[in-house]
Formats: sequence, structure tokens, C-alpha cells
Amino acid sequence: MSELEAFRAEIRAWIEANCPEEMRKPVQGEDDICWGGRNFVFKSAAQKAWMEVCAAKGYTVPDWPKPYGGAGMSPPEAKIWREELARAGARPPLSSFGIWMLGPALLKFGTEEQKVLYLGQIARGEIRWCQGYSEPGSGSDLVALQTYGEDKGDHWVVNGQKIWTSYADKADWIFCLVRTDKTNVYQGISFLLFDMTTPGVTTKPIKLISGNSPFCETFFDNVVVPKHQIVGQLNRGWDVAKYLLGHEREMISGAGGGEQTSTIGKVLTRNGLDDPMLRAELAQFDIDALAFAACGEKFLDEIKVGKAHPAKPNMMKYAGTELNKRRHELLMAAGGSTALEWESEETRGGAPARSWLRTKANSIEGGTSEVMLNVVAKRILELPGA
Amino acid sequence: MPLYHTEDQAMLAESVTGFMADEGGIKKQLRHWRDINCKDGFGHGLWKQFAEMGLTGMLAAEADGGLSMGHVEAGIVLAEIGRNLTPSPFLTTSVMGVTALNHASDDLRGRWLPGIIAGETVLAMAIDEGAKHKPEKIACRAEKAGNGFRLTGAKDFVIHGTSADAIIVAARTSGSDRDADGVTLFAVPKDAAGIGHNAVRLVDSSLASHVRFDGVELDGSSVIGEVDGGRAVLNKVLSAGRIGAAAEQTGVAGGAFAMTTGYLKTRKQFGKLIGEFQALQHRAAHLYSELEIAEAVVIKAQQLLDGGSERAELMVSVAKAKAARACNLAVREGVQMHGGVGMTDEYDIGLYMKRERALTEFMGDANYHAERVAQLSGY
Repeated sequence: MSELEAFRAEIRAWIEANCPEEMRKPVQGEDDICWGGRNFVFKSAAQKAWMEVCAAKGYTVPDWPKPYGGAGMSPPEAKIWREELARAGARPPLSSFGIWMLGPALLKFGTEEQKVLYLGQIARGEIRWCQGYSEPGSGSDLVALQTYGEDKGDHWVVNGQKIWTSYADKADWIFCLVRTDKTNVYQGISFLLFDMTTPGVTTKPIKLISGNSPFCETFFDNVVVPKHQIVGQLNRGWDVAKYLLGHEREMISGAGGGEQTSTIGKVLTRNGLDDPMLRAELAQFDIDALAFAACGEKFLDEIKVGKAHPAKPNMMKYAGTELNKRRHELLMAAGGSTALEWESEETRGGAPARSWLRTKANSIEGGTSEVMLNVVAKRILELPGA
Repeated sequence: MPLYHTEDQAMLAESVTGFMADEGGIKKQLRHWRDINCKDGFGHGLWKQFAEMGLTGMLAAEADGGLSMGHVEAGIVLAEIGRNLTPSPFLTTSVMGVTALNHASDDLRGRWLPGIIAGETVLAMAIDEGAKHKPEKIACRAEKAGNGFRLTGAKDFVIHGTSADAIIVAARTSGSDRDADGVTLFAVPKDAAGIGHNAVRLVDSSLASHVRFDGVELDGSSVIGEVDGGRAVLNKVLSAGRIGAAAEQTGVAGGAFAMTTGYLKTRKQFGKLIGEFQALQHRAAHLYSELEIAEAVVIKAQQLLDGGSERAELMVSVAKAKAARACNLAVREGVQMHGGVGMTDEYDIGLYMKRERALTEFMGDANYHAERVAQLSGY
């Protein structure tokens, strides 16, 4: 048995022994996701136990170094971990923006103190983070952001407004892009971390076409942020932001999972439909979805050994989100008038329609499809003037 | 297994890329044989060079003088064939034919493999009946006659049919046309009495034959595998041909795409390089995305096929359909973005469009494979 095979056997046995039965059922709704954080209310003892047993082994962030709360797995080992989780049908023990976004940025740009403090808290599910990027006047044109941090010696005083701050009303801390130099567009932004309970921070949830949403407006009114809470250099926050956006795009593109094998065509038989035109559309979709899953797997394999083009996440984000929107159009078509129900028990409170509407944001948030295509044209295809 | 080439495979790719660009280029091969109206449509000299490179027998077992390689390696060769539109009997002979022969008796392997490995023998595959690929139905019949068989029926879209030293024929030996069982594969030598050819040149300048078998007498030694049990071997041959054609299409698409982005960077209109227009940039970027996805699913299917996975058949159909659609988009956008010159015979981009159409039809188009994906997925 090779070392990796032995590792796989060990992981498989560990999951078998430690993952509670309840945590092997598919995630049904938002409250099945374990987000962690100071104020998180666990849905069940099993959810808490699964997170804690994983955190103790570093399995909530398997490929982070051990001193920062991870398990120090190599890329092939981390792939095995994900594959074995999927194989057992086990839920991710902990989900958070800290894991997907801030963590990788801290690993690259953080000081040793920041890594030990924040990464450990993220890995143990103690702190829940939100992301302060977009502003009312700077969506796709993110670099136009106006939230300003005035230098007051040992701290900044931050004033401004963010929008589309996911879970701002539930998060403990925020990682936030703040303008610290008004004279320099790109090199006048800093990447600051601060506690959401700091005086002057208020949040207001946003209601979307899909109903209630995790998105908030977030307001900063003379918020004091100590100088040591900056990540990377002063005025070079854009570098951190871009790096982090790459990870966000990977996540949104769905490239983070293991080998995906599910198809949606079976919805036809489940719904008792005999519709040859819809069947053909579903088959075309399943082809694109299975092919994209292979592309996600390849991308992940390549990224681990530095073979992927640095702008490739943009392509993955574009393709993955467009595919997901198409998926929900088809699911609505297959659901017919039942899928229109907004509040019924049968649809679990209008889940199909709400999900369908929610997916329309996939190709807007984290960089629109059009921006993704611009980046691919410029950085990968090197087309002129792009 | 990671979805990129191993070091050995990367080395193979490097040497094949250089070889095919130098020796298999469009002017040297495709245009040359087309313009002299060659009866084969490909060069036997190049086929010999394939052999010297060790490519012709790459899928044959080492014990038979081959290299015991797999579909990932064959796909590397086919992608470069596609990129250069190189006419060759590699797909029918070295991929599909050898896959069939790997299931044949010592005698049959001994009769045909040495010539293939030496680059002297060419095989053709007679599977399709009618204008659309539908191997679930096989009407061409081989009746028992004495110690052997008598073959009667017609086959279409037999690529290299008149150039081949032997034609591998999927025929019915029992049951009715649509039965899964009762199919037998035969290796029929070209000089067998009763074979009639109607060879036609196709849109991509390749030659395909409408073949008639009029009571062709075959002895038992020409049977590949088991009598009446040929479906399993046929399915392997089909998978090999399908993933091979898909790999070739990723090369065709890649070649067309490189030519097109190159044109976007040099052609000026309205005082600008046309590649500066966002309308074209977005289409080019979308096309890039489709090609990346197609390439990924092709290597995924190749690995599954080489590993004997139970998901291989499904993913081969996914790959064939995806590669066909992506390649089709690449050549359509290629001609459109080239504008008027894209319509001229002088520019190569139109040749890519022609090849794409032929490869898409070969071993099942995107709709055929979408139907298979639905069936294999249980709906």
C-alpha cells in the first residue's frame, strides 16, 4: 500500500468513527451549515460535536499549517480528505469566510502574530468574519471605493458605507477595504480588520427578490481601528484584496469540491414528466455540468502544483456561475407550477423559486460575468487594449 | 490521479508537438494531398514516420511489439493531429483497429499488428449503416457457411475504406437488427472477393467509402473475439474511437482558436486592432472557457477509460459531446472573426471548420451522445 493509500484508509476510518450519523445527511437549509463564531447557535449536539472533533485534529482547515490550527496536509492529502468526506456524505464540519477568504490572505500577507491569533480562531470556529468590499458607488468598479480611514497616529478613524456585506449582522469581525490615501487610486487602499462590536458600526439587512437575505448594508461612523490591525502594507491593500478575490472566485465557481458526479436529468422521472424537449435540455445541461466538474477537478489539481494560470479563477467563476443559473432555470421548468409556490410546506417555504432567484446574483457578486470575461481577455488571451 | 499529464506524457507531448508541426503541417500534408487529388487523402511516407516515432503501435501490448500505452497518450497524438489537420489513418488504425485486435486471437494479431506497428498497414472501421451513427442497430449479416461465414450488407462512412489493407466489420451473426447480442467483429482483408467500394471525397478532403459486401466468404480465423459476443469488443472500439475523436477535436479547436486570437491581434479596422473591441473580447473569452472545459473532460474520460472505471462510458459520451460543441463554436467564431478572408480557401481557418464537421459526425454527434448521457444517467 502506498503512503497515500494508507492515508486514505486512515481518514476513511477516522470519519467512520467520528462523524455523527446526523452529519451525514444532505444539507437541507441554511441552519444546517455550521458557521461558528461567538454568537453561533448550534442546531444540534451532533453539529457541535462534529465541528469540535474536526477542529481538534485540524481538519476544519486541513491544508493549513499545524501551528495555525490546520492539519498540515499536503495537496494530495487534502484532496483525499475532501474525497473521503464526499464519499461518506459527511457535511463540512465548519464553513466560513475566514476559511475560504481571509485565511488564505493571512497565510500570505499576515504577520506571525496575526496568523497565530486569527487563523487559530478561524480554525476552531470561534470567530465569524464578514467581508467589507463593495460600496453603493463601487460595485464592479471596486477600486473606486470611498470609505475613508483618517490617520490619527496609533489608529485610524473610519467613516463610510459598505453594501452586500454577507452576514454582517451575524459576523464577529470584518475584513474591510478602506481608503487611506485619497490621492492614489490603486495604491491608496488598506486592508483592515476590526471587531463588529466597535462603537460606530451598524448593520441593516437587505431584502432581495428571493426574500430575506444574508446581505447587509454596513455603516461606519467614526470607527476606531488600531494600527496593528492592518494586513499587508499601508496603502497596498489592493494586493491583498485581489489575492483574496481569487479565492472567493474559486469558491463561488464551485471548484473547491471533490469529484462531482451528480446529474439533474433524473428530476424528470422524479416529477413524472414525459417531456422530450425538456429531457434534451437536461441532457445538454448534464453534459456541461459533468464537463465543468472535470474542469474544476483539473483546476484544483493544477493550482496545487502551480500549473494553473493565475487568472484562471476568473474563467472558473464565469463558467460555474452561468452554469448554476442555467441549472435553476431547468429545475424551475421541471417543477412547473409547483415550483412557483412561495410559502407552501411542499416547497419548504418556496425553496425552488427562492433558490432560482438567488442564483441570479451568482454572476454579479464577487465580480460580474462581464468583468470576468474582461479579465480573461486581458490577462489570459492578452488581447490588445483589454 | 491528477488531471494533467505525467512527466512521461509531457515528454511525449513535446516530441509529438514538434514532429506534427514540422512534418504534419497543413501545407505539407492536408493541402498537398488534397490539391493533387490523392486517392488516399494522406501520405504513406508520414505514416511510416509515425511508425519510426513509435506512435502506430502505442496501444498494442508490449508482447505484441507495441508500447502498452493508453488513451491519454493516444489523445496527445490526436490533439496534435487535430491542431495541424494532419490527414492520417492513426485514429482508425492505431486507436480503433488496435483496440479491436487487442481482443483478437494470436493468429489475427500476428497477421495485422506487425504491419501496423511498422507503418505499412492501414485499417478501416466499418460500423455505421446509414448517414447517422447508430451502432445499436446492426443489419449487415454474416451467415454461417461451411467452416466460415458469408458476409452480406452495406456499410457507410468507412474512413480510409479504399486505402485499408483490412476492414474491421461489425456484422450480425444472429438475432434481429436491434439486438445487443448476436454481433460479431471480423477482420476482412481488402482482396476478399465480393467487396465493392463507392469511395467519396468528404468536405474535409478525407475519403470515405460506401462499402458493399456481396456474399464475401470469410473463414473462422477472421473472427475477432467470440462469435455472437462481439458487442463487448465493439463497445471498447467505439469508446476508443469516440474519445480519440474528442481529443482530436480539442486540437482542432485549439488550432482554430490560436489562429483566431492571432488575427484579433493583427487585423485593424476603424483605426484599431479588432481585438480591442469588447464585443469580440467577450466572445473570445467565452470560447476560451468552453475549450478549457472540453480539454478537462477529455483527459478525465481518457483516464477513466485507461483505468477501467465503470463511469468511463458515460464520461466518454460527455467528452465527445462537449468537445464537439466547443470545437464547433471555435470554428464558427473563427470564420466569423476572420471576416471575408475567413471565407477564402487561401486562409486555413475554413479548413478547421470542415474538419470539425467531419469529426463531429464520426462515432456519434453531440445529440447522439446527449441521448446516451440521458440513458446512462437513468432518465
